[in-house]
Amino acid sequence: MSAFSDPYDPNRKLGVACNCGKHASQVEHDSSDDLACADPEVLSNRVIESTMVRALFPHDETRRRFIRAVGVNTAMAAIAGVLPIGAMQALAQERKSLAKTELKIGFIPITCATPLIMADPLGFYKKEGLKVTLNKTAGWALIRDKMLNKEHDASHFLSPMPLAISMGVGSAAQPMRVATIQNINGQAITLHIKHKDKRDPKQWKGFKFAVPFDYSMHNFLLRYYVAEHGLDPDRDIQIRVVPPPEMVANLRAGNLDGYLGPDPFNQRAVYDEIGFIHILSKELWDGHPCCAFGVSDQFIKENPDTFAALYRAVLSAARMARDPKNRSLIAKVISPANYLNQPETVVEQVLTGKFADGLGNVKNVPDRADFDPFPWHSMAVWIMTQMKRWGYIKGDVNYKQIAEQVFLVTEAKKRMAELEMKSPATSYAKFKVMGKEFDPAQPEKYLGSFAIKKAAA
Amino acid sequence: MIKSEALRAGILSLMFLLVLLGIWHVATLPKEQAASANDEYAKLMGKGAVKTTGFPTPAQLGETALKHISDPFYDKGPNDKGIGIQLGFSLARVGLGFALAALVAIPLGFVIGMSPLIYRALDPFIQVLKPISPLAWMPLALYTIKDSSISGIFVIFICSVWPMLINTAFGVAAVRREWLNVAKTLEVNAVRKAFQVILPAAAPTIMTGMRISMGIAWLVIVAAEMLVGGTGIGYFVWNEWNNLSLTNVIFAILTIGLVGMLLDLVFGRLQNLVTYVE
Repeated sequence: MSAFSDPYDPNRKLGVACNCGKHASQVEHDSSDDLACADPEVLSNRVIESTMVRALFPHDETRRRFIRAVGVNTAMAAIAGVLPIGAMQALAQERKSLAKTELKIGFIPITCATPLIMADPLGFYKKEGLKVTLNKTAGWALIRDKMLNKEHDASHFLSPMPLAISMGVGSAAQPMRVATIQNINGQAITLHIKHKDKRDPKQWKGFKFAVPFDYSMHNFLLRYYVAEHGLDPDRDIQIRVVPPPEMVANLRAGNLDGYLGPDPFNQRAVYDEIGFIHILSKELWDGHPCCAFGVSDQFIKENPDTFAALYRAVLSAARMARDPKNRSLIAKVISPANYLNQPETVVEQVLTGKFADGLGNVKNVPDRADFDPFPWHSMAVWIMTQMKRWGYIKGDVNYKQIAEQVFLVTEAKKRMAELEMKSPATSYAKFKVMGKEFDPAQPEKYLGSFAIKKAAA
Repeated sequence: MIKSEALRAGILSLMFLLVLLGIWHVATLPKEQAASANDEYAKLMGKGAVKTTGFPTPAQLGETALKHISDPFYDKGPNDKGIGIQLGFSLARVGLGFALAALVAIPLGFVIGMSPLIYRALDPFIQVLKPISPLAWMPLALYTIKDSSISGIFVIFICSVWPMLINTAFGVAAVRREWLNVAKTLEVNAVRKAFQVILPAAAPTIMTGMRISMGIAWLVIVAAEMLVGGTGIGYFVWNEWNNLSLTNVIFAILTIGLVGMLLDLVFGRLQNLVTYVE
């Protein structure tokens, strides 16, 4: 019996008769112009049907008698009722044409990367037919270089990085894209325990702070925060770039007075009794983006199907991560040495929002960290206003064009619709940062409203 | 007499070790922790639980070492492998970088050593390139080579090439005139002269250069792997630094020291093999 024959045809002997296997004889095959011969989808479905029907009726004669007796449609319905043929066919379809299934993805061991990390142990990549190797990477400069060198197919990024790389700021220009935002909120300013009485930023003159990278939300939020309190971040304090995993060790050694860093390293400083959490980044801008999931433009063009599958895997993970019920489980699967390499209780405090603040209080902030994947264009515009404010980019910036090129909103909407996730109707929204409204339609006016900024060259 | 001196030195070494362990043990005795009024806060701070942080006692270190040594080849994914596998990666990188360096340095050293003119012409370049730290090469290597693992090997190559080059050149240049003159009178051809007169004569110096280079390569690999990450004993140190786990870091340091000593012993033996008495 040929796997490609219609198993519901009572007049058909299920045996090899022609080349393609769809016809009773080679003559019939040659005279046929049946397009189904060439359609892999129809053939794939046929294979599944045949296999299952053959399993039900090992003897061809029995099968033919059964189908003649009850009629084709009844037989199909009856068999489909017993066997999950439709589901099997759908499953086989999903895997049909991924040209590239083995992917290398880079990440920094921080909770910002939760969706793309958890997708590995919880099987979201596997479900999309992808075989992903997650490479722990030593710092953001290396993340950038490994993406530029194509050692990684996709990567965990700080959300300003793809903008900077696409513009060729701080690196060779290469079109980089933000597929999803990984996390919103989830950062904090941590200070050394010896500064527990200096809670007013005006007392911070001469402090040494760390941020993970120049092109990071951490850098822009820390600068924004101290500037709102009247300090010039370029003159009154020192801001250094320190890879997140090394922040706690430097804080202990006294090299730093504090940092605006990613978790779990804020909570880790508390756990090790070195620092305390001064303020959560959520209190500066509730809903701010932090890290992103990005790929190069070239990768999208060369592997559109793989990209779509990867997109769905990360979005599904983000959907699971958004539900507070799942946070303890997620903390458990991402804490081991292969991923974050942190004590589970530290990660759990970050994700559930019930945490010790380092000053003797237990706080309960359920939305301390969240994982809204939608890549708002307005976020990109805000990031560029801050890049210009602090002199990372100069001259005229076409905010809208760059934002829309780098943050893939259309693609995000499409993939979210496939997964029945809700996405907002617009990609620009006004929001407030420390009580001051930002209107994405007027970036230059917003920029002009700040008293403290780097003098334009 | 010699035997008893070796014995006495051994006993003295052992006593040093015991004193060191004793001081270490006393210095790291666990302190009584003040009971916190707030139980929930204490729990979130990990009080009562075994923390990975802090300086370990000798017993804790022994326990960790036993755990690593009893299962050296486990593989729990790309970022968590046993100490044996990590050492294997590091040794493979060192071996490759070192072999490449030897392939370049020894023939080039021969040429430089035989020609005073070339020696003088190349000397300024060698003097400038020699003292550059391995980590300073890394950004340049990553940018031009565009591959992090090859960059790691390149950095080992570039750091271990100089001692071999200089020693080979020096050894070749210092071959005794009389021997070369004898070769000349016997009308030995150039290839035979190189392999049967100069090479054996310069071999001890070349081997010293190789020994120094191997030491440097082993120093460099740890730094390079901490920077590039992924695999290797340097990555292991970095990953445990992330976790602020001093116990694992100290274990890794001891392992690095032991392996470095073994490598040096091997080259010491090789050196003895080629040494001759005039």
